[in-house]
Amino acid sequence: MAGGGSFAPPALCRKPREAAISHSPSAIVTHSSSSPAPAVSFVNVSRHFGEVKAVDGVSLDINDGEFFSLLGPSGSGKTTCLRLVAGFEQPTAGSIQLHGEEVANLPPYERDVNTVFQDYALFPHMTVGENVAYGLMIKKVPKPERDKRLGEMLELVRLPGLAGRRPSQLSGGQRQRVALARALINHPRVLLLDEPLGALDLKLRQQMQIELKAIQRQVRITFVFVTHDQEEALTMSDRLAVFNLGKIEQIGSPAEVYEHPATAFVAGFVGVSNLIRGEIAQAITGSAQTFSIRPEKIQLRDLGQPVSGDEYSVEGRIRDVIYLGMHTRYLVELSGGSDLTVVEQNLRTTSMDVLAARGRAVRLVWQKAHVRPVGN
Amino acid sequence: MATSSPTRKSLWHRLSTFFYLRPGLTLAAMLAAPLLWLGVVYVGSLFALLLQSFFRLDDFTGQVVRRFTLYTYSQLFTAANIDIMIRTSGMAAAVTLACALVAFPVAYYMARHAEGRAKAALYLAVLLPLWSSYLVRVYAWKLILAKEGIVSWFISQLRLDWALDRILQLPVIGGPSLSVSMLGMWLVFVYVWLPYMILPIQAALERVPQSLIDASGDLGARPAETFRKVILPLAFPGVVAGSIFTFSLTLGDFIIPGTIGNSSYFLGQAVLSHQGTAGNVPMAAALTAVPMVIMAVYLIIAKKLGAFEAL
Repeated sequence: MAGGGSFAPPALCRKPREAAISHSPSAIVTHSSSSPAPAVSFVNVSRHFGEVKAVDGVSLDINDGEFFSLLGPSGSGKTTCLRLVAGFEQPTAGSIQLHGEEVANLPPYERDVNTVFQDYALFPHMTVGENVAYGLMIKKVPKPERDKRLGEMLELVRLPGLAGRRPSQLSGGQRQRVALARALINHPRVLLLDEPLGALDLKLRQQMQIELKAIQRQVRITFVFVTHDQEEALTMSDRLAVFNLGKIEQIGSPAEVYEHPATAFVAGFVGVSNLIRGEIAQAITGSAQTFSIRPEKIQLRDLGQPVSGDEYSVEGRIRDVIYLGMHTRYLVELSGGSDLTVVEQNLRTTSMDVLAARGRAVRLVWQKAHVRPVGN
Repeated sequence: MATSSPTRKSLWHRLSTFFYLRPGLTLAAMLAAPLLWLGVVYVGSLFALLLQSFFRLDDFTGQVVRRFTLYTYSQLFTAANIDIMIRTSGMAAAVTLACALVAFPVAYYMARHAEGRAKAALYLAVLLPLWSSYLVRVYAWKLILAKEGIVSWFISQLRLDWALDRILQLPVIGGPSLSVSMLGMWLVFVYVWLPYMILPIQAALERVPQSLIDASGDLGARPAETFRKVILPLAFPGVVAGSIFTFSLTLGDFIIPGTIGNSSYFLGQAVLSHQGTAGNVPMAAALTAVPMVIMAVYLIIAKKLGAFEAL
């Protein structure tokens, strides 16, 4: 069990550009020696709703103190997994353990986990203070102690002085913080977050990502974070699991998952990937094995320019140019008819330059080392 | 497409645009008729009625004296009238309490468990009695509760006659048989007003998101605590709404007390007899003001108890 993910440490941060993408270079989490059992452990867990296999044979270990994300499109089973940990759902088959204790048949109120809900689920008939202190009130913690911890929590989520307000008087971002405080005040051993930032606007979301990460470091609680936003998962997680159709496609650090996608699905879902298969793959690499190449790894060169031995290349015509300010996305049509996406930073080019490139014949070149053969 | 040029739109088009650009006028046009109805027919007639209560009946001539006086109100507080008020309010309170207790589990099941066809069937079952004549149902109950009726027969089959007899011997609620007892009247009231309690509670429970119930359990509350701290407070406005129906409908009803029970008077009957046979419209109007005052007091108490805080 120790170590959780048995993935070899990847070669990290080979290029400065990659470092900008994965903020979390500490890829493999070194588990703390005090707690040998994983915080959360799924062994062959399934949850079926009639014919629908929402979760289908999932095995997973989440280490103590880890920030772990469950990433996947809607309907992939990630939220059901979270609800299985919380106890809102019971598994159809398999074993779920929290710190080594079997919990598959324990109700939510007997599990040492707390949840931040997607819709925040704040009690509308209570004040902010009553909401946050709800768990302590249920546990019959004496009032002075309750008030003390309430004050600390509101301080932690930077909402001091709002204890008397009603949830309906708060903004979306403030409600989100109240929901977080209400869960954290109980000092759970695992905190479950179900797309907690989904309802916030982009700026606020990015700010909350940083804050959540800081809070996690401060309280040292295992965070299990459900999201469909791959950028969010890459930014925040120590490790993540990519879900598709009720199964886990890959578990690993953000850098691993981004740079070594295990399947075509992961390559397509985490970041943008060009998948090249069949005859075109044959023509480029000499093998019909499908491979993926990231748009930012591809260079655009003029037709005449040389190609070195450690590079692959293919010719095409720029079909469309999308100017995005910081960078430009080119859609390049290959002779075989399929499109490749290429992203280049606008280091020296202006919008006039890049838009003029439409229709131009080009040579696409990338390092052989950046090619990832993918299964499926 | 055959749309005409912007300069030659149809009258219908121009009318639509005219109202679209003037939302205030649209609102006024929409609300004029209902406001007229509410203002003149509802409030106006109520006001006219209350005005009558400040007149008095001349005992000799039998004519209404149209001069302001509190005499009629003072007549309200005779021993007989106070008896009627207490009896009616007590019945209304007992009926409301029983309706709430019976309706809540049904409403809870409808709102949180039943799905699809089962839910539609339950709706139908709750509403179906309202489609048949209220008078017929009350008379049906008179037969059901009669001495030789099906309820007595069933109880005797269970060899429980002695228990029924014991209950019917109790003061106030008892009587010669169920159909001429307060207990029987209470049963019929509860039956008749139950749908008016189920539907608002069901609507309130349906608005409670599942995530709130999950959250309460997640924070350590057992189901009974979740019910007390989260579900009940959030459903309480529905209970209050339902109780306004059951309470006020019982206060004003004169058919059930006239058909079932031991012929002791209820408010509705008193109003009926004063304005009908006795021709004492001022007294009838004053008696009508009684349930309004009782309801107002009831709502103030409900508000004090925090019934509307979750709205």
